Amino acid sequence: MAYIPHTPEDTCAMLKSFGVQQTESLFSTLPDSVRLERYLDLPAGLSEPEAERTIRGILAKNQMPRLSFAGGGAYEHYIPSAVKSIISRGEFLTAYTPYQAEASQGSLQAFYEFQTVVCQLTGLDYANASLYDAGSALAEAVLMAWRVTNHPRVFVAPGLNPLYRRVLETYTSHAGVLLENLPERDGIADFSRVNWENTAAVVVQHPNYLGCLEQVEELAARAKSHGAMTIAVVNPVSLGLLKPPGDWGADIAVGDCQPLGLPLSFGGPYAGFMAVRAELVRKMPGRIVGVTVDKKGRRGFVLTLQAREQHIRREKASSNICSNQALCALAFTVCVALRGGRGLRDMASACAVRARKALERLLRIPGVKRVHNAPFFHEFVLELPFNASAICSDMARHDRIVPGVPLSRFGSARERELIVCATETKSLHDIDELVRGLAGSLGRLKTGGAK
Amino acid sequence: MAPANLKFTQTHEWVGLDGSTARFGLTDFAIKQIKDIVYLDLPPAGTAIKAGTPFGAVETVKAAFDLNAPISGKVVAVNTAAVAAADSVAKDPFGSGWLVEVEIAGDSMTGTELSALMDAAAYASFCAKGGHH
Amino acid sequence: MIHEEPLLFELSHGQAEDYVGGVPAEQGIPAEFIRGEVPPLPELSELDVVRHFNRLSKKNAGVDTHFYPLGSCTMKYNPRFNEDMAALPEVVQAHPLWDESMTQGCMEIVWETARWLAEISGFARVSLQPAAGAQSELGALMMVRGWHESRGRKRGKVLVTDTSHGTNPASAALCGFTVETVASGPDGCIDLKNLQAALSDDVAALMVTNPNTLGLFEGRMQEAAQMVHEAGGLVYLDGANMNALMGMARPSSLGADLMHFNLHKTFSTPHGGGGPGAGAIACTADLEPFLPAPLVARDAFGHFHFDHNRPKSIGKLTAFHGNFGVIVRALSYMVRCGGGGLREVSETAVINANFLRNLLEKILPTAYSGACLHEFVLTAKSLKQSKGITALDIAKGLLDKGYYAPTIYFPLIVEEALMVEPTETESRGTMEAFAKAFAEVCAMDPEALHSAPNTMPVGRLDEVKAARDMNLRWKA
Repeated sequence: MAYIPHTPEDTCAMLKSFGVQQTESLFSTLPDSVRLERYLDLPAGLSEPEAERTIRGILAKNQMPRLSFAGGGAYEHYIPSAVKSIISRGEFLTAYTPYQAEASQGSLQAFYEFQTVVCQLTGLDYANASLYDAGSALAEAVLMAWRVTNHPRVFVAPGLNPLYRRVLETYTSHAGVLLENLPERDGIADFSRVNWENTAAVVVQHPNYLGCLEQVEELAARAKSHGAMTIAVVNPVSLGLLKPPGDWGADIAVGDCQPLGLPLSFGGPYAGFMAVRAELVRKMPGRIVGVTVDKKGRRGFVLTLQAREQHIRREKASSNICSNQALCALAFTVCVALRGGRGLRDMASACAVRARKALERLLRIPGVKRVHNAPFFHEFVLELPFNASAICSDMARHDRIVPGVPLSRFGSARERELIVCATETKSLHDIDELVRGLAGSLGRLKTGGAK
Repeated sequence: MAPANLKFTQTHEWVGLDGSTARFGLTDFAIKQIKDIVYLDLPPAGTAIKAGTPFGAVETVKAAFDLNAPISGKVVAVNTAAVAAADSVAKDPFGSGWLVEVEIAGDSMTGTELSALMDAAAYASFCAKGGHH
Repeated sequence: MIHEEPLLFELSHGQAEDYVGGVPAEQGIPAEFIRGEVPPLPELSELDVVRHFNRLSKKNAGVDTHFYPLGSCTMKYNPRFNEDMAALPEVVQAHPLWDESMTQGCMEIVWETARWLAEISGFARVSLQPAAGAQSELGALMMVRGWHESRGRKRGKVLVTDTSHGTNPASAALCGFTVETVASGPDGCIDLKNLQAALSDDVAALMVTNPNTLGLFEGRMQEAAQMVHEAGGLVYLDGANMNALMGMARPSSLGADLMHFNLHKTFSTPHGGGGPGAGAIACTADLEPFLPAPLVARDAFGHFHFDHNRPKSIGKLTAFHGNFGVIVRALSYMVRCGGGGLREVSETAVINANFLRNLLEKILPTAYSGACLHEFVLTAKSLKQSKGITALDIAKGLLDKGYYAPTIYFPLIVEEALMVEPTETESRGTMEAFAKAFAEVCAMDPEALHSAPNTMPVGRLDEVKAARDMNLRWKA
C-alpha cells in the first residue's frame, strides 16, 4: 500500500505492544451508525508507473497549442532553470509554516527578502509575505481601506480584470462596501465627473486588463485631495519599466507574482503580493516577517505582528488567512534575484517591443483594427471582422495557435474583440506565424460565412 | 498599590476624574500579567466611548487584549508618548502611563457608571483573589 | 551547519545572466509612464543567487529531513511522484483562459479529484476553487448565508467550539457573522447543554471539527447536528483532521451539511514553508447551488466544460480555477493509494498515534485519557509546576535533538499543550527514537532547557524587539 512503512507483521507487533488485538478497537469511539459499511467506491491503488500512466492518460486529452498569445492575468514568461532547482529542495518544499523560528531561518529570511523585493518594485514602504492571488489581495486591500477610512464607497476603474472584480464582489458582498464603476473612455478610466464624497478608495489596474496605461498620477492626486486612498493593481514585470505605484501616489499596491517565476499551471497556484504606505502596516493581513536578534546578538528572522492574525485574535483578526503561498513567493524572489534590476527592465522592454511589433504586423491584415488609442504595455485589444471565439476555435484546429483571449471570456458583449499579449518569449518568427494564422482564419471564415 | 482616588473595572482599567474630564489607563496588576507590551491601539480624538465596551487594544507578541472603557465619554486626548514607546506605560501606569483622556457628561449617568466600579480597596482585594471576573 | 547568511541585498554586486536575449530597441511607451531609474534590485551572479538560497535551505527543517509531529497539520511524506506529475507540460504550460477544447485533460483532473472527494465525504458536489482551508471556510460560510437568505431568513450568528482552529471564528467574522464559542464538556467534546443554551433563531450554523483538535471523535456530533437542524441552522464540518476518517466514516453521515478538505494535509501535497495549499468545499445537494462558480461539469459525451450558469452561487474565491498545480498533486496521491489505500492511511494514522501516545504517556500525561484517533494532546502543566519546564522549553529542547517540535499551546483549553500527530508515513523506529529523545528533554536540567535550542543557527529570538523595532524590510 502506498507510503505505509509497516508490514502487516509490524502493525500487529505495534498494536500488541500497547495491548490492542485489533485495529478495529481503536475506532470504538465511532458509533456504529456512522461507520461506513462498505469500501469506498474508488479505484484500487496503483504502483508508481501505473499511476503515472493514469495521470498522463488524463492529461493527454489536452490539445496543447504550439504558440500562444494569451494573457488576461496569467502570462507566459521564461522561468530561469535555477528557480525550479531551488524550490524543489526538500528543506523548502516540505517545511511547514515557520512557527518554530530557530528551525526555519531559511524560509523566514527568504520571506524577508520577498517583502523587501516587493517594496523595491512597488516603491512602497512595507509588504507582507504573500496572499493567495491578486484577486483576493485586492479584496483584502479594499476591506482595509474601508475599515481605515470608515467610508463605504469604493470606485473601481473599468480596466480592472473582471475576474479580479468578481472575487472582490464575493469578498465584499456582505460588508458595507459599495462598489461603484468609473466610466470608460478609450480603454481607460474617465474620472472627470466624479463625486468623491464618502469614498474610501479608488481601485485602478495599471496596465489594465485591456492592456492600456491609465492616467494614474492624476487619478491618485484627485483621490487624495478628497480623502480617498488609491489601490493600485499592478503587473510586477511592468514595474521593471514603469513608474512604480509608490511614486505615482498609490497607498496600497497589489498584484500577482505569477509572471516572475511561476508557471501558468492552468491558473494556480499563484501568489498575491501587497505593499502599503508605512501608516497602514498594522492593518495589513497575512504573515509578516521581521528582523531581531537572539541572546548572543546573532541576527534572526521571526513572524511578527502576529497579534493581528487568526490564530491569536480569532474573530477579531484582520483577516482569516492562515496559509500564504510561501513556495510561490520563494520562486518569485529567486526569479527576481536572478534577473536583477537591469534584467527586469530589459525583460519588460522586450515585452513592450514585441507587443508593438505584433500590433504593427497584425494591423496589416484587412479588417483588423486596434480598439483603443491609449498607450499600452504588452497587451492590446483588436477588433476582428468575425466572432473572436470562433476565430480562436478555428485557429486552434487549423494551426494550433492561440491568438489571444476573446473579450467575451471576461463576460463582455463585445464578441468580435480579442486581447492579444506578446511577451519576450515571442520571436519575430512567432509573430509572423500568428499573422499568417489569423489572416488564414479570417479568410476561411469569410468564405465559410460570417459568424 | 493603586492610588486611592481612582476607580477600577474588573478588566483592570482605572479611571481618574478631574472636573469635566477623566483619564483611563491600565493597572499595574494587568501590566504585570501581560508582560511585554509591544503596541497600543488607541482611538483618535473625537471618538465616542461607551462604558463597558472596548475602546482600543493592547498587544503583546503573542496576544491582543481589549481595553474596556470604565465610563462613557468622548476622547479629547491620547497619550502619544505612550503610543510611541509602548513599554513606557509599565514604568508609571497610574501617572504618565495614562492612555486616553475623555470629556465626560458629568451627569447622573456618569454617577451611575462610577458607582458600578470598584474603589481602591475593593480592587486590591479583587486582585488578591486572582483578579478574574 | 550554516550560521550567518547575508541578505541578498548584502551580497556583493555582480552581473546577472541574460534571460531575455539581446537588449531591445526603444519600446515606444510615453516617457511620463517610465520609471526614472532601473528598479533598485540586487545585481547578482547566478552562482551567488544559487549558493545563497541553497545555504538558506540548510537553515530549514522539512518533512524530508526531520520527523515533524505537528498536531493539526498532518505532516506526512510528500511523494516526489506528485512533483513529477505537477511538472508535466500539460500542467505547467496550460493557460487558464484557453478555449476549453484545449484543456480537457486539466478539467478532467479537477473533475476526477472532485469525484474522489465526493465519495470520501459522502457529499453530493465538490468545488476545488478555494486556495486554502481558510478560504474554503469563508466560502462555506458565504454559502450558509446564501442558503438562509434564499429561505427569506437573516441569521447573524455562528457557533464555534472552544477547541476550534483560529480560522473558524476569523472566517465567520470576515463573513460578517458574530461568533459565539460553545464550551466543551469535561470529556473534551461538544457539551449538548451548552449548545442548547447557545442555539436560537439567530444561529446560522455550528462549526465543528471532527475528529476534534484533541484527537477525539466527537461522538455527540449527530445529536448536536439534530439540535442545530431543529433550530433551523446548518452544520459545517472543518475537515482538517480527515486523515483519521477516510474509509471509516463519512462526514455526510455525521450530520454535517457541508465541509472543507485541506489537500495539503490529508492528501500529501507539500507545505512549501507555509503554502501553497488548496481547499475543497463539499456539500449536500440542497447547498450545491451556492457553491463558488464556475464548476467543472461533464456532458453526456464525456466532454468537460465550465458551468457558469449558477445564479445562486456565492461568486468567485480565486480569479482562475483554484490551485490546479496542488490539485494535480493530490489526485496523483489518491490514484497511488486507491480507495483501499486511503482507508489504510487512516487506520495507520490512528495506529501510529496510539502507539506514540502510549510511549509518551509514560513521560507526560495526555489531556484526555483513553484512545485517541490520529493525534493526541499532552500537557506539561505538572512539569511546569514541579520543575519550571514549559511546553515551549520542551519544543526548543526537541529542536536540539534533531526533531521538529509538536504544536504547542493549542488547543487553547489545555494548559501547556503539546499536540502530537505522527501521521501514517512514520516507521516504528522513528517514533521510538522520538519518544526516547522526548524523555531526555523532559529530564533535562530546567536551566539548560531555558536556553535551548543551542545547536540551531540562532537561539531563542527576541520577539518583543521584533515587534517594537518593526524592521520588516531591508533598506539601503
